[in-house]
Amino acid sequence: MSTRVLPPPGHSPGARAWRRLKRNRLARVGLVLVTLMALGCFCLPALLHLDPTTTHPAFRHQPPSAAHWFGTDGLGRDYAARVLAGGQTSLLVGLVATLTCVVIGVLYGAAAGYYGGRVDEVMMRFVDFMYGIPYMFLVILIMLMFSESARGDPVPVFVALGLVEWLTMARVVRGQVLTLREREFVLAARLLGAGDLAIIARHIVPNVLGIVTVYATLTVPTVIILESFLSFLGLGLKLSWGQLVSEAVGVVNPVAVYWWLLAFPSAFLAVTLLCLNYVGDGLRDAVDPKGH
Amino acid sequence: MGRPGTQGGTLSALEAAAVAFGVATLAGAAWLPPKATRVSGASFGGLIAFALARLAWGVPVGALASVTFALVLFRFAPGAVLRRVTFLVPSLLLLVFVTTLLMYHAPGSPFAGEKVASPQVEAALRAHFGVPKSAVDFFGIYLRRLVVEGSLGPSVKVQGRNVETLLRPALPVSLTLGLLALVLASAVGLWLGIVAGLKPNSAADYASTGLSAIGLSLPSFVLGAIGIVLFALKLGWLPVAGWGDLRHIVLPAVTLALPHAAYIARLARGGTIEVMSQDFIRTARAKGLPESAVVLRHALKGAILPVVSYLGPAAAGIMTGSFVVETLFGIPGMGQWFVRGAINRDYSVVLGTALVYASLVTAFNLLVDLAYAWLDPRVRSRS
Repeated sequence: MSTRVLPPPGHSPGARAWRRLKRNRLARVGLVLVTLMALGCFCLPALLHLDPTTTHPAFRHQPPSAAHWFGTDGLGRDYAARVLAGGQTSLLVGLVATLTCVVIGVLYGAAAGYYGGRVDEVMMRFVDFMYGIPYMFLVILIMLMFSESARGDPVPVFVALGLVEWLTMARVVRGQVLTLREREFVLAARLLGAGDLAIIARHIVPNVLGIVTVYATLTVPTVIILESFLSFLGLGLKLSWGQLVSEAVGVVNPVAVYWWLLAFPSAFLAVTLLCLNYVGDGLRDAVDPKGH
Repeated sequence: MGRPGTQGGTLSALEAAAVAFGVATLAGAAWLPPKATRVSGASFGGLIAFALARLAWGVPVGALASVTFALVLFRFAPGAVLRRVTFLVPSLLLLVFVTTLLMYHAPGSPFAGEKVASPQVEAALRAHFGVPKSAVDFFGIYLRRLVVEGSLGPSVKVQGRNVETLLRPALPVSLTLGLLALVLASAVGLWLGIVAGLKPNSAADYASTGLSAIGLSLPSFVLGAIGIVLFALKLGWLPVAGWGDLRHIVLPAVTLALPHAAYIARLARGGTIEVMSQDFIRTARAKGLPESAVVLRHALKGAILPVVSYLGPAAAGIMTGSFVVETLFGIPGMGQWFVRGAINRDYSVVLGTALVYASLVTAFNLLVDLAYAWLDPRVRSRS
């Protein structure tokens, strides 16, 4: 620490973290692949005029061919179209539920860490309590709050997953804020007459954004996996990677193996989650190089 | 939560006050003086032991076992453990209450079945099963039954059966599966992680991290399904589904364990790398210890520590996974009862499984804390 040379002017901590991230090969590949995956899921269906809903009873369970790259499903729908459309919702759920987690987790953790003492104790007791409950319980119970017809929509899934997954975020943010609030610049802000809200918003939250980005990146895969669990139990989205995979698992039988039904959505899901995990790890190393 | 079309509507003032009171009690438990914490922790511990033991062995043996347990707790347990136990009972109560509220405010009711009953019939059914219209009343009835009769209440959907008679055969099934998965995950994960961590960036390291990357990025039921296709349908070595003999347990346990084995491998790898760069490892080598002794006597502890602190979340995660795995393999465990109960609005089944699960997770977390304190002297001296 004592011999550290000051970085040249114009190189913010964010820029330095970005440089370190770019040097990490796995994270770089992951970032590119995830971007391609998202672009593909959102743009390709429109470009190639793929239709995930039209049924062709004559073409049920067709293996992959030139006409249907990923084959067709049990109702004769084009499976490539379905996998891409499922990717849209899976990625959306991952993003929106993670945003919910970030908002709740950062506010909660920042408040607990900033006020400290008994407020902190009470707030963290509640987090401990939530940790003690198998979270699938809560997810399922919250899903049941919505009427049966609304259950396949994205909103209930966002709400249920977002309300459950913020705990780790809150813990991480709290830990950071506990040390941040003792720092000189917070004291200086207070001496200049800044109120609690202003200090949290202007000085605390910007300083935890790095670590929040890391955990948000790692939350996206968790949320996508949880959604697939919900789909498997019949409580998830109408169409998502998780739903496609669980549907494929449901038709596993000894007579005929429709491997493409399981293989394509699983591969897309696995590649996306793998890349997100690598990006998250890379971000962690980039934001906190001493951590490893 | 007051969406149009839901049965319960918004929270009543009484319900909100009760939740606030629950959270306040929970928080209040944090400021008990140490002596009071010892007493309350030991008695709460005994109470919980009694509730579980009564389910398994009946009242007399259960009472004896739980009193002994409470005395042992009071005399020997570290303060930090008793503090956790003190915290446990109010949190279980809060859990039951919040779950009740959620279920009552969800659309549908256990009596909204296939045949529409007249209001009189529904009232009679509600009285018979102890499911009044108000969540607070239900909570009162449920607690009285739990404390006075030691019963988890009758199931509305499974006629003439109590929840404890439903769960008694299911609990050992889920426990066996879960514990086996946990042991498997720890053993495989530790082995992979340590092998990888001892030689970072070697072929073994890449193989191990690659394996764990796959385990982390596929939902467990996909791996389970692939296992079924491969080992049950193609090769015919293992049964497709069901429960009974040893061969039934292999695929579900492996499926359940894989994601956690993958995560544990990552943790153990990180822990090993960190420990191997410490000074005391150099000292151990310098004094001429063989490499196996260096690893087993000195490095292993460092690799295990992060893994031990993950075991608590892993247990909770394995329970979550067990909902799915039990459904996939048709295993008659607790997860199935919970899912079925939640979808059928069978309130007492949901509450019963929630209680048993939450107690198990908490008990397991306690054990983990103890093990951690025992392994890491820095934690031990602090408490």
